[in-house]
Amino acid sequence: MRKGMANSAAQRVGGIAVVSFFVSFFVLGIAARPAAKRAAAGRENYLSPIEMVLSLDGGLLYVVCESSDEVRVVDTQSGKVVATVPVGRVPRGIAASSDGSVLYVTDSWSDNVSVIDATKNKVVQTLPAGFEPTGVVVDQPGTTLYVANRLSNDVSVIDLKTGREIKRLLAGRGASYLASSPDGKWIYCTHIYPNPAAFRTPPVSEITVIDVLRQIVVERKLLHNVAGVFHVAVSPDGKLGAAAQLRPKNLVPLAHVEHGWVFGDSLTLFGQDVGEPVQIPIDELDRYYALPWGVAITPDKSKIFLSAAGSENVTVIDVADLLRSVKARPRPFVNDLSASADYVMARIGVGHNPRGILLSHDGKRLYVANRLDDNISVIDTASDKVVSTIDLGGPKNIDAVRRGERLFFTADFAFQGQFGCSNCHIDATIDGLQWDLEPDGFGRDIVDNRSLENLAGTEPFKWNGGNPDMPTECGPRTEKFFFRSQSFTQQQVTDLVTFVYSLPYRPNRYRLPNGELTPAQERGKSIFERTLAKNGTPIPETNQCAYCHSGPKFTNQRQIDVGTGKPTDRSPVIDVPQLPDVAYSAPYLHDGSARSLEEIWTVFNPKDTHGVTNDLTKDELNDLIEYLKTL
Amino acid sequence: MKTRCASCVTATRFLRDGVIPKPRASSIATRGLAHTITTFLLITMAPALCSLAQNLPMFRWENFTTANGLPDNHVFCVLVDDKRIWAGTENGLGLYEHGAWKTYRPSDGLGHQAVLSLAADRRTGDVWAGTMGGLSRISAGRIDTFTQLNSGLSNDIVYGVGVQGDFVWTATAAGASRFNVRTGQWDLFNATNTPMYEIWTYAVSPAEDKVYYAVWGGGVLEYDVKTERWKDYNDPDGETEMVLMKDQGLIHEITTSVSYVDKILWVATYFGASRYDGRYWHNFLAKDSGLPSNFLNQVKAVAANRAWFSTDKGLAYFDGANWAVYRPALDTHRPEMWVRDEQGKITTIPVQTAPAHNYILGVDFQGDDIWVATAKGLSHGIRQGSTERQPALPKNTPARKK
Repeated sequence: MRKGMANSAAQRVGGIAVVSFFVSFFVLGIAARPAAKRAAAGRENYLSPIEMVLSLDGGLLYVVCESSDEVRVVDTQSGKVVATVPVGRVPRGIAASSDGSVLYVTDSWSDNVSVIDATKNKVVQTLPAGFEPTGVVVDQPGTTLYVANRLSNDVSVIDLKTGREIKRLLAGRGASYLASSPDGKWIYCTHIYPNPAAFRTPPVSEITVIDVLRQIVVERKLLHNVAGVFHVAVSPDGKLGAAAQLRPKNLVPLAHVEHGWVFGDSLTLFGQDVGEPVQIPIDELDRYYALPWGVAITPDKSKIFLSAAGSENVTVIDVADLLRSVKARPRPFVNDLSASADYVMARIGVGHNPRGILLSHDGKRLYVANRLDDNISVIDTASDKVVSTIDLGGPKNIDAVRRGERLFFTADFAFQGQFGCSNCHIDATIDGLQWDLEPDGFGRDIVDNRSLENLAGTEPFKWNGGNPDMPTECGPRTEKFFFRSQSFTQQQVTDLVTFVYSLPYRPNRYRLPNGELTPAQERGKSIFERTLAKNGTPIPETNQCAYCHSGPKFTNQRQIDVGTGKPTDRSPVIDVPQLPDVAYSAPYLHDGSARSLEEIWTVFNPKDTHGVTNDLTKDELNDLIEYLKTL
Repeated sequence: MKTRCASCVTATRFLRDGVIPKPRASSIATRGLAHTITTFLLITMAPALCSLAQNLPMFRWENFTTANGLPDNHVFCVLVDDKRIWAGTENGLGLYEHGAWKTYRPSDGLGHQAVLSLAADRRTGDVWAGTMGGLSRISAGRIDTFTQLNSGLSNDIVYGVGVQGDFVWTATAAGASRFNVRTGQWDLFNATNTPMYEIWTYAVSPAEDKVYYAVWGGGVLEYDVKTERWKDYNDPDGETEMVLMKDQGLIHEITTSVSYVDKILWVATYFGASRYDGRYWHNFLAKDSGLPSNFLNQVKAVAANRAWFSTDKGLAYFDGANWAVYRPALDTHRPEMWVRDEQGKITTIPVQTAPAHNYILGVDFQGDDIWVATAKGLSHGIRQGSTERQPALPKNTPARKK
């Protein structure tokens, strides 16, 4: 941050709190269970505003509310909600037609797009999309809609005249956010996960560039050492693009947080103004601005605004200073955290988990969606101050789940505010990375990131089963081992556990609507449940798929050596993972060495110790995998 | 698997080991006095020659080899992708764009350096490459490879690939695979669920209503998209190399290529070619047609009655009545074009250039031009004049960059 600025964020960082590990362990272990039950019993219906668009005249602000499955319409003059439009499940993105008469909202858990007549505030049509549609843009003529599908890793191209999805374009993994160039010729797509890569190699993400005229992907701007790319924006003159991103340091032990960044928070700049894409740091030497998410560039290109979803603030960047710095500094300089002092003008404190940000058409106001406060911060872009807060009308009671969610998404507890739970569990999912967590030497005990969906009943935790319950996992392990800073209070751990246990399964796209299995899935189920090898030999009970992967969560909650341990592992005994929604959590095995479900058996089961699979034909293995995808 | 004849083994060795049959490749053009005289004769006699040629297409051939950037001279396949030319070679995938070659190899993510087949998804711009190490998708510079270990692909030797909507069909050494690019699901087709008694599938031709497979040693398989049923077509003479019942079925079981255009199926085999209109078969042999050889690596139809044949003795074109053959002469290796008319009369056309080699493996079209994969380089046939009554190339092929 530049000299003379008030470093309010730094002031918030307290010293390292000293809380007894043992007290926490025993007390929290008891406290968490009732919390999970309370969550299951019912919860407040929060809104969780996440994205916004403005009407053509700027008088109405349309706010996508992820948790309440609706769009709230706000009068920007009065700051009052004037209408509510129910849409599909878990809406995540919104776009307006060029005349403002139609809104398109992605319903990420319904796999479709709600088309809203903005004159009536009513859904008039739903359009098909891919798996977990998230970002959306409409082309300038209003004839084609582009939708980024997070789970199918592609972009749907939808003909608005016929309402048909005419094709899907291959994007990167976790395709989520889209931005159009001002001339409408190009669409840029970013991704919350890195592209699949070889084991233990630095992550690489991409910005996918779509030629709107030809409706094909024409370029992939590679982002080296980047995993987790969020919003992307392009300046009105089309010469400067900016994408918010994370740079994880997952290949070396994470436990040394105090020695350097675990995550770098940064932007990739691209376009004519900078030549080859360049990554720039947002953090400071002793303070981090975690989870850079929303990006906006002012109409006069004087400033870039960047929300930090984990740090409850918005960073303001002086574009002229930024471009001077980019030109003057030898590349790469993204790891030189002193660079941010060249161009960061201000950090503006906002609400909890700020996500989408939106400039008014004249650039004088910036709207910030505070996802976990159910409100919108309005920032005056001349003074860089919050001038008002729009209450969207969510519940005023902050329950345990929401308190836990705030804890999950904040980075305030980590040393120097470096990261929070959601840095690795992006949007409470995974990050597609394998981490070297333990301080036991480089490259030892590598662990893959595990899903958090519906975890109750899958204890113990950690790949070695070392944490008997969630309070242990979320409490001492996280606060002491990862964060190296403030400890959670007993109540905070309970809240955090309550939130984590509240996370449901996302919809499974591989099951038929009627619940039946396809013939291939049926055959796969038979293989999963078989007790005899194909030659008639009984398969020992402990080597049958359904023995370890049993029960409602497909885990017997035990730790077993199935021969997948590596020489670099402390122990070959691995916790049996749950299988529901396994299709979405590649790579696989405890260390992420299997890039696909197939490789679990084609590469890592040579001696039939992880189930008997070597007597299967390729057809049969495919059937087994088709069944696993339905779980 | 049955015992294969010597000529079959030769072809297989070429695919497998890159062993090239003789003769040597011809030089591209003769220089000096002979060149001048030939040029003069071509110019002055062109109208007459065209008349003799029954309006068959004539080309000026430009040949690419490693000398001018081609990754390798053994070219298994060629694909025209708008203004870009992809060449699948024994040592990498070549991309010719803006007058220069770029090569993709396994270090770039390609499944294997030997690229046996190519197909374009015209909707998305992605290119699919069948290699000896899996199926690779090249999408705006990014290469993802699907193998029998990391995916549901049936086998890593991918002889043929074709795109039909959201499905990518492959012909592999262990049956057919179908990949749904939307869902990621693989369906395998082999002896267990089709009439495929031989699983060495060699080529695939997908269309909206049917998908055809050339099964090396197993005839032709037809998949009906609507009914999802398979049907096989076999040589009524069985597995013999004799033709006892010509035009009563497929000419031979050892099929190498299929092409389904305008509801007509064309089949290439190592013992002649076949055409099937859904009711009647018509077979083509070197002895009673303009085919220069019965040994065919590929057939590519452009219409119901017109097709190009890649043989071991040159490139042949059939316009429904007349034949043309383009090649370096088998004895002198000098550029040669000859024409066989409907009555069987053969006329030699003096030409100045020819494809790089007479061993042809595949073709693709770029506007009026043709690109030819040969055993000694990639050839670009640049269409000369416009004497054709009918186009020799399919409609809607992308125009060559002028």
